[in-house]
Amino acid sequence: MMDKPVNNRAWFLVLPVLIVVAFSAVIPLMTVVNYSVQDTFGNNQFFWNGLGWFQEVLESDRIHAALGRQLLFSAIILAIEIPLGIFIALNMPKRGFWASLVLVLMALPLLIPWNVVGTIWQVFGRVDIGLLGHTLAAMGFDYNYVNDPVDAWATIIVMDVWHWTSLVALLCYAGLQSIPDAYYQAARIDQASRWGVFRYIELPKMGGVLLIAVLLRFMDSFMIYTEPFVVTGGGPGNATTFLSIDLVKMAIGQFDLGPAAAFSLIYFLVILLISWVFYTVMTAQRETP
Amino acid sequence: MARITLDNLAHSYSPAPKGDADWALKPMSLTWRDGGAYALLGSSGCGKTTLLNIISGLLHPSRGQVLFGDRDVTTLPTADRNIAQVFQFPVVYDTMTVRQNLAFPLKNRGLPADRIAARVASVARMIGMEDRLDRRARGLTADAKQKISLGRGMVRQDVNAILFDEPLTVIDPQMKWELRTQLKALHREFGHTMIYVTHDQTEALTFADEVVVMSEGRVVQAGTPQSLFDAPAHTFVGYFIGSPGMNLLDAQIAGATAFVDGTAIPLAAPYAPSAGRVQIGIRPDAVRPATEGLPFHLVRVEDVGHHRILRGEVAGTPFNVVVPEGEPIPAGFDRIALDPARIGVFVDDWRIEPRERAA
Repeated sequence: MMDKPVNNRAWFLVLPVLIVVAFSAVIPLMTVVNYSVQDTFGNNQFFWNGLGWFQEVLESDRIHAALGRQLLFSAIILAIEIPLGIFIALNMPKRGFWASLVLVLMALPLLIPWNVVGTIWQVFGRVDIGLLGHTLAAMGFDYNYVNDPVDAWATIIVMDVWHWTSLVALLCYAGLQSIPDAYYQAARIDQASRWGVFRYIELPKMGGVLLIAVLLRFMDSFMIYTEPFVVTGGGPGNATTFLSIDLVKMAIGQFDLGPAAAFSLIYFLVILLISWVFYTVMTAQRETP
Repeated sequence: MARITLDNLAHSYSPAPKGDADWALKPMSLTWRDGGAYALLGSSGCGKTTLLNIISGLLHPSRGQVLFGDRDVTTLPTADRNIAQVFQFPVVYDTMTVRQNLAFPLKNRGLPADRIAARVASVARMIGMEDRLDRRARGLTADAKQKISLGRGMVRQDVNAILFDEPLTVIDPQMKWELRTQLKALHREFGHTMIYVTHDQTEALTFADEVVVMSEGRVVQAGTPQSLFDAPAHTFVGYFIGSPGMNLLDAQIAGATAFVDGTAIPLAAPYAPSAGRVQIGIRPDAVRPATEGLPFHLVRVEDVGHHRILRGEVAGTPFNVVVPEGEPIPAGFDRIALDPARIGVFVDDWRIEPRERAA
């Protein structure tokens, strides 16, 4: 038997990583933690406030409402973009010139910066000069995203679907491309229906990428800020004030650093929690023997 | 179940085939008897799988017809042909249990639940997975998955034929033997027409009543394993079947004598003179060391247990001699004698018959 030498100095080798992570994540986060437990009356003088800010945030009707809107928004986004993305991926050409062309077209929306997307739709939806808004108005629809909360929501949802469904479709497409032909041939031999092929071959094989798509779309939609900020600015009223918009109003508009810091931490934990639930549920269902 | 007839069948993957090379399958006509066990044997890329996919309807041939019995099925989709096929690599439905996998083809055909349960139970016994029926198929080993694929191929009793596309590639050797024996037993029991694609001659010869040998998109010979061994119709069959394969030597033929590099070799019967490249072929076990005859240059001796293989050269061409166990190898011998009755004559790679039999 060979004795393995034990040398704790090996831990020093981890030091560079610790330093990088400290500067990139831990220290900025601790700054926020620091603000969240203190109060100030200016002059850079801080007082210990314990969990007061957290309590205030957790009891705030305003933040509850924003959280409700945020959850509703993410739920609608996932409910539209995931099935639509799968549907598009299933119908994309598998190879040849058209496959390349479709891939490029699908990737285009993903290349546009968030604020530009917001600007595009802000103009596009305007009743006076926007193609969409003007056309709808001309057709007799009472559409106006500036005044009507439902129209504002519809505009932001359509915009997000336009911007991000491609991502889901491309991920699913990659998953579909990796299925060997023999699976489809076996399904034909077994006389599986089109639904059977989807349910028992395509969907299980897409499982991995679909998990990534759901997580990415959830996190991204739950943190959405720029597009609604550009299009509606959170309005009309507070109708499209999502968590990030509310947070920025609180931190920068009102300069309430303490509550904003507590809010940030809770926000972060909520995203972490929901992502963990998604991940656990989706992988558990895949791994049950 | 039905007889399978391929009538003047040819296939090309390119839409406008030009040369010979564009045809994956050159025109062929074959009949497969109802209930026969057939093997399609050939090296990789010779068109075996293409032929199989045409029979199952996964591919539609560029030319010719496929008949099941008297029914033309050339353009029928796979689902309407009632064929079972097992592929080279395991195909299982990941999210289903082993039981659901086996039941899937029956369920899609709307069989009553009690019939399904009975069939699944008997197939599970056959592939030896009764104890794992309620496990999910995901996460099983490759050979367990392939057993499920085999089971799915065999679960339907009313199929026209069961096609196997090198199904035992991923199975380990011992299991391979066992499964092949089971397939054979299954064939005897239910009498399905079975077509088994392989590049392994042992597999083909042990499984099939009739072996179809393919080379470069052509059927070069179809016959019983014995006839392929004794009278290969083409030099390819000669050296592809048998281990080591047939020895082939360039020769000139004059009546009942062949001349190899100036040495006269008696043949069993006279042959008509023919134009083209003439070769004589002989199995290594029909040759023995001798004191006179064809000069042989011995390179090395391989002992493979129940016999020894003498590797050497005749007139610059590799040549093998098989010496049975217990028979001494004479020291320093440099000649070999060929059994005249077992010499075949090939012109441009195709076997020709002696004069009187041909007439």
